Amino acid sequence: MSGLRVSGLSGGYVPGADALRDVAFTAGPGQIVGILGPNGGGKTTLFRALLGELPVRRGEIGLPGPPAYVPQTERARLDFPVSALDVALMGAYARTPWYRRVARADRERAGEALARVGLAEAAGSTFGTLSGGQRQRVLIARALVQDAEVLLLDEPLSGVDGVSGARIEAVFAELRGEGRTLLVATHDVRQAAGWDRVLCLHRRQIDYGAPAAVLSPETLRETYGGELIVLPGGAHAVGVGHHHH
Amino acid sequence: MLAWLTDPLASPVIQRALAETLLLAVACGPLGVWILLYRDAYAAESLSHGMLPGLVLAALAGAPLVLGATAGVLVAAAGIALVGRDARLGSEIGVAVVVSSLLGLGAILALAPETPPRLAELLFGDLLGVDATDLAVAGVLAVAVALALAGAYRPLVLTGFDRGSARALGAVPLRWELALLVLLGATTVAAVQGLGNLLLLALILAPGAAALRVCRRLSAALALAAALAALAGILGLLLSYHLEIAAGAAVALSAVGIALVSVPLGGRPAH
Repeated sequence: MSGLRVSGLSGGYVPGADALRDVAFTAGPGQIVGILGPNGGGKTTLFRALLGELPVRRGEIGLPGPPAYVPQTERARLDFPVSALDVALMGAYARTPWYRRVARADRERAGEALARVGLAEAAGSTFGTLSGGQRQRVLIARALVQDAEVLLLDEPLSGVDGVSGARIEAVFAELRGEGRTLLVATHDVRQAAGWDRVLCLHRRQIDYGAPAAVLSPETLRETYGGELIVLPGGAHAVGVGHHHH
Repeated sequence: MLAWLTDPLASPVIQRALAETLLLAVACGPLGVWILLYRDAYAAESLSHGMLPGLVLAALAGAPLVLGATAGVLVAAAGIALVGRDARLGSEIGVAVVVSSLLGLGAILALAPETPPRLAELLFGDLLGVDATDLAVAGVLAVAVALALAGAYRPLVLTGFDRGSARALGAVPLRWELALLVLLGATTVAAVQGLGNLLLLALILAPGAAALRVCRRLSAALALAAALAALAGILGLLLSYHLEIAAGAAVALSAVGIALVSVPLGGRPAH
């Protein structure tokens, strides 16, 4: 396992208008990288680039294999007739030939993934009837089934209930222990401070490194611009803003 | 009672009509589920209405309706795609403009003195006039569509459920959205002879809507939609025979009737 290597990355959605530029960082196996930045700061754009889906892209990206992607839960359709287990199974679709059934081993893996996120009981529940936090955990289970070395998670902890949040953080710790690399977009500076690395984006890379080195009031001000509120003491800086778009 | 059910089957005309509707049901039912899940119902309606000029021109030239339908669907699809690119219009208005124009053009052509008097047949189909060749063409198309839908099940799920993640999970969304429209076009071509370009939508959308209301699982909804479409076909032909009403319209009404019955049964919202 070799982690993730990005150098000189710039790009966007239309030629001549970079949504993000000058991104360069490496993240090793077993590291959780918190990605901070305001809405429109380039967090999702970075994920699109790493997924190979950004229309305009320059620079180098080194990945140990295709990354798994966990979207914000509201991006998935609630009126789609699929169970939690069906959704987890989608993580195995890419390795299943079109003319075959999903392999028994992958069915078991999907059940185990749901158990890992604490939703074994809900395997048969319709996805759209679950709570937001539960849906987020189902989407994480889907990524677990993909079995990728690198996982990209778009604000997985925004607006989820306490039980879901704790469970998700526990799974993050397990994945870190397995030597996987996690990139986690977040608005919660305090949360990112507990992880291994922090990447600050504001249409370009502001800073990257260990939380203690990166999370200075100056860097956060540069990252968030007018959106930042610095509470007394400076250490409890909190990014404002909720969701993209 | 048994005679009421079996008498119509003595007639070869009814036998062919029944075979035609059952074959179409296998494609139309599952296709309708996907069309509704992809929120493509408007496009489906537009494509089938927009092909009228192609049908009329085929009738004028004495060419097989299938050829006219294919050409008509292609022209309608191209027109919708072109106009939809104009951001000032927006795709819905673009579709409305294209479809109204094509339907109007079709009507003018159909009412021209040179045109054989077949407008009603083109609009409403002629299920009882299906000959062996029509049946073979519709059957091949319908079975091909059903097989394609089954083979594309997983990428269609990925794209429909969570478009933004579909690529990372192994499906290129645009490719499968287009594929679904192509299958819709093929089904439209297959069904137009029997049901006409106004009524075929009923056999596509109504069973799908009913199945989605009742079923919590997609695989069950797809199977039920095919079964309900077949049921609508059988019921429609029986009603047509005994009440001496138009067969295509009776099938369409049966499909809609089944969908209405499903409304109080299901907990899921209609799409």
